[in-house]
Amino acid sequence: MNTIYFLVQQTMFFSIPLLIVALGGMFSERSGVVNIALEGIMIVGAFSGILFINTFQAALPGQPILLLAILVAALSGMLISLTHAYASVNMKANQVISGTAINMFAPAFAIYVARMLRTVQQIPFMNQFRIASVPVLGQIPVVGDLFFTNTYLTTYLGFIILVLSWFVLYNTRFGLRLRSCGEHPQAADSVGINVYQIRYAGVLISGALAGIGGLVFVIPTSTNFNATVSGYGFLALAVLIFGQWKPSRILVAAFFFGLMKTIAAAYSGIPFLATLGVPNDVYKMIPYLTTLVVLAFTSKTSQAPRAAGVPYDKGSR
Amino acid sequence: MAYIIEMCNITKEFPGIVANDDITLQLKKGEIHALLGENGAGKSTLMSVLFGLYQPEKGIIKKNGEVVRIENPNDANRLGIGMVHQHFKLVHNFTVLENIILGAETVAGGRLQTKAAADSVQKLSERYGLKVDIHARIADISVGMQQRVEILKMLYRQNEILIFDEPTAVLTPQEIDELMKIMKELVSEGKTILFITHKLNEIKKVADRCSVLRKGQYIGTVTVADTSMEEMSEMMVGRKVNLMIEKNPAKTGDVIARVQELSIRNRLTHKMVVNNVSFEVRAGEIVCLAGIEGNGQSELVYAITGLLQPDAGAIEMNGEDITHLPIRKRNEKGMSHIPEDRHKHGLVLDFNLGYNLVLQRYFREPFQQSGFLQYDKIYEYADELIGKFDIRSGRGSRTDARSMSGGNQQKAIVAREIDRNPDFLIAVQPTRGLDVGAIEYIHRKLVEERDQGKAILLVSLELDEVMNLSDRILVIYEGEIVASLDPKTVTVQELGLYMAGSKRGELA
Repeated sequence: MNTIYFLVQQTMFFSIPLLIVALGGMFSERSGVVNIALEGIMIVGAFSGILFINTFQAALPGQPILLLAILVAALSGMLISLTHAYASVNMKANQVISGTAINMFAPAFAIYVARMLRTVQQIPFMNQFRIASVPVLGQIPVVGDLFFTNTYLTTYLGFIILVLSWFVLYNTRFGLRLRSCGEHPQAADSVGINVYQIRYAGVLISGALAGIGGLVFVIPTSTNFNATVSGYGFLALAVLIFGQWKPSRILVAAFFFGLMKTIAAAYSGIPFLATLGVPNDVYKMIPYLTTLVVLAFTSKTSQAPRAAGVPYDKGSR
Repeated sequence: MAYIIEMCNITKEFPGIVANDDITLQLKKGEIHALLGENGAGKSTLMSVLFGLYQPEKGIIKKNGEVVRIENPNDANRLGIGMVHQHFKLVHNFTVLENIILGAETVAGGRLQTKAAADSVQKLSERYGLKVDIHARIADISVGMQQRVEILKMLYRQNEILIFDEPTAVLTPQEIDELMKIMKELVSEGKTILFITHKLNEIKKVADRCSVLRKGQYIGTVTVADTSMEEMSEMMVGRKVNLMIEKNPAKTGDVIARVQELSIRNRLTHKMVVNNVSFEVRAGEIVCLAGIEGNGQSELVYAITGLLQPDAGAIEMNGEDITHLPIRKRNEKGMSHIPEDRHKHGLVLDFNLGYNLVLQRYFREPFQQSGFLQYDKIYEYADELIGKFDIRSGRGSRTDARSMSGGNQQKAIVAREIDRNPDFLIAVQPTRGLDVGAIEYIHRKLVEERDQGKAILLVSLELDEVMNLSDRILVIYEGEIVASLDPKTVTVQELGLYMAGSKRGELA
């Protein structure tokens, strides 16, 4: 039983950032802008969030500073995604190139600024955010052990974002318009919807969520930030595709990849796997191999938004 | 006389051309007003001005006598002007209801309210006889129903002036009749309709008045009841047009193409879409495959031209089995194909006209030498075809195919396919969406080819075309040939019954 508790808790740490970032990607792509820059935006979000924590951790207590850091990460993510929105919406640039530029810029920026400020590129932080047991809820047998002990505030934030995303996408005017812009922007335009505005909104939301995702990824899994999120942004893209651009399926996909990642990182803590005697490297490969396999099988029935990646030009027929 | 909408002295220029030159259009309340003109006459530009997509250089628009400014579709909508675009503006994976409310949603407490909208759409659809399933997805419904959704979109926004931009181009004959009925119903409820078309018989059927444009200029407005089709077509084209095709009796020769027991299964549904079809086409005759859209014509043609492998059966051309030959081999052995979808299978839209005209021959000399394309030879040849077939475009052989009008795109394909001097010519809906002048031209070309001893297989949904052009009619229904008819002895009504599957004939 303890193994299962451990597995679920670990899976949360890996899945939640994937979930948040993939949902961010969803908002961007369903508005019609491919956002390959998720990786770079995560780095920017994690960098600014961790830098904020590093600066203020002596002055402020754990949970409030975490919430503030999340806000900082979201804002910085939005700021950098603004460049992507400008390039792909106003300048009608190739969205993959614009995204790649951000991916290359982000780690360089994080290293440069960290060195300027602190002479080393790592930014350490005190992990004072772990919640050993949530009051009351942590006492519930089984469920409490699974979901309410050894956890972080960010886990619940992830689920809140999931529910909000689902609600916004399917139950609001904005969601309907966002989806129409990703599928058939000419149709949206013909009924008086400002496609450019909606696409800006989509990209900005993805920036905010990817920024948060970067921070959420670093906090439970490390004690310092070293200008990388280990390819999680790209993995989130895979989750988005495997999740068919739908919140509910993204949840399933995020947990599937999270579990794979957990097996890779924590197999030594799982008695059954630890005794198999398979080399370490095999486990490390698991998440990436499954990504390849799963995408090969699911991309056939892909339901990508039809206009994703195509700059919208009012004049074209 | 009070007009509900007046467009006065509208001039709209694009670099190089004047699309609308001092055009005046006046609509009376409660009429169906047809706007007639060839492709490229400026109809679409004028409508885009009225709908706020373009700003005119000169001229004003008045509604009920008052000058109004229309700067975007929202302004047009506020003035009660709605439009059914030629290419529907519907989101394929939204439901009918979602498409209708998009842009005019009702929201309460942040939540989208669909219940009330569903009720009012249901009411509208009953009131005007617009049958739709409001919870179906657009991708799952027929083109005719999609058009009804577009109409409901306008009605839901309480538009009074409804613009229909070539609404019948995509419809089957039955759906066209249905649409005509709906249009009359709408007018009797007090709506005003502006009907853009180049099909004269449709104007005759429903319109009250008709304004004619030619090459960007206003020619005149006539009362439809007092004007003959010949007079209207002369106004449109600027010369007398022969609506009937004159042709000599066919002098048939050897069998050129033979299709034997051909069967094709749909890859997804595993249903037989072409079922044991056999027929032959002889030199010097036009054989027409008639049928309602979606009865297996497309798949049959795909199999003959090599776009699809049949599951059973054989195809012969000039006595040789070509069932499994690649497309290029078929072309080189004397097959030409004027495809159904000119954008998908006919042209590379982002190539210029010159390249498009040598698509099947660029690898042959003189267009290629030692592996290099010979641009001068390609353009020389293209210019020759452009002259011979009267293909009009902004920059001659260097024009991007995408920017050409539909009629001229089609002419380019016809030119390319005929100039290769084929033995067997397959023409699928060769006049779809074209105006009278271009139709006349293409029909004449097809008959010319026939008289030169070519075997021609014509696939068409237009009954007039079938009756006028063919020497023999094969009717296809649910993937089977159900009748072989002689156009001289069969009536249109009878043909319709065969096409609808309510009658089967003896196969000759």
